[in-house]
Amino acid sequence: MPDILVQYEQEIIRSIMQTGIMLGISVLSAVIIGLPVGTFLYLTSKGKLLENKVVYNVLNLLVNIIRSFPFLLLVIFLIPFTRIVVGTAIGTAAACVPLAIIAFAHYARFVEQSLLEVPKGVIEAAISMGASTKDIIFKFLFVEARSGLILGLTTSIVSFISYSTIMGVVGGGGIGDFAVRYGYQQFMVDLMLYVIIIMIILVQIIQIIGTTVARKLDKR
Amino acid sequence: MLELHNVTKRYEQQLVVNDVTLTIESGEIFGLIGQSGAGKSTILRMMNCLEKPTSGEVIVDGRNLASSTARELREARKSIGMIFQHFNLVANKTVYDNVELALVLAHYPKSKRKERVLECLRFVGLEEMHRKYPAQLSGGQKQRVAIARALVNEPKILLCDEPTSSLDPKTTAEILQVLQQINERLGVTIAIVSHEMDVIKRICHRVCVVSKGEIYKIVPIEPLGIASIEDHPQTFVDELLREGV
Repeated sequence: MPDILVQYEQEIIRSIMQTGIMLGISVLSAVIIGLPVGTFLYLTSKGKLLENKVVYNVLNLLVNIIRSFPFLLLVIFLIPFTRIVVGTAIGTAAACVPLAIIAFAHYARFVEQSLLEVPKGVIEAAISMGASTKDIIFKFLFVEARSGLILGLTTSIVSFISYSTIMGVVGGGGIGDFAVRYGYQQFMVDLMLYVIIIMIILVQIIQIIGTTVARKLDKR
Repeated sequence: MLELHNVTKRYEQQLVVNDVTLTIESGEIFGLIGQSGAGKSTILRMMNCLEKPTSGEVIVDGRNLASSTARELREARKSIGMIFQHFNLVANKTVYDNVELALVLAHYPKSKRKERVLECLRFVGLEEMHRKYPAQLSGGQKQRVAIARALVNEPKILLCDEPTSSLDPKTTAEILQVLQQINERLGVTIAIVSHEMDVIKRICHRVCVVSKGEIYKIVPIEPLGIASIEDHPQTFVDELLREGV
């Protein structure tokens, strides 16, 4: 291993852990909030099971507004809210708040798109079999859309990594922040390059896992 | 068995089905035929309220589905089977799981599911295929799976929406044979929509000619059977259809 990596080993490991925490929270938020929001976007849209203009428009606007912020501005804009939620606007925990918000909005859109690809006929068959809305969601929609949902989550996670790299502005740390502080600000270009390589490997691994799982699940 | 009383369907301003009244008798195969856009599919799809009638009554087993609550409607649908032109199977589930799903939705006892699923698959001749996915099957096989799925809860009536329209003539004959067996051996009443005269002539006991959203005529016919249709170049039904459309 290059000397410089050995020299900063502790710090690099700590930064990777911080990135891991931020990614973990983002993924949790995407799945726990983004999946239902995306599902309701789909269900309440025109001609769908729970068609409802008001709910659809509210969710649609919310998702659009969050996604239209340049992420750096969203982080700053949310500082007062972050203080209320975690008690401080500085640190890794505080960094998780804006990440969780962009994460659910980002993934909700992917969810909506994946569900829209489920053939209408399958839903009709479900209705004709006496399925309830809950049955249709869990036993038909999610089953038919599952590879799209996985691929969407994979793409989202890669974006979350990118988002997490700027969390240094609120002292969130993470591997991206490490690269900026040491590599850029202290002119250790080789260190920055190593970090970039680590991140490329990370993204590759995530993408390969996501694509493989999605392909395995796709029987269409 | 199933009655439609003054059933009308409008989409915004367009009148698709106008004041249709008909009765399907228990045990018969009832055909609906007409040109595309005539409203025959809509009439069929109102029989289980997949399309909700704008007005009128849909009486199945003495209950008006058009005015039932969502819960009652879901219950009623479990005893009305339905198959479609494009089969509408769950592509990510195996043949077995597709059929079992209908049992799961009907809260069929878990311990008896396997036996029942395999029994239905045997009936349509696909028992060996139960581990395959729909994408690995031919069109005719997919429709057989759909039939097994529709039969698994022992429906009293089976609605067939253009069930053979995406199949070749040979496969069409095979599927019609299965439908006929369902009617004769299991005593299931069948309503079938098709734009193909052959299909209707072969298995139906009565045929309803639909034209411009209205019933032109309902007449009893003698089913010609599955065997080669070429021997019957001209029939009464052809004449009737020519009048109707």
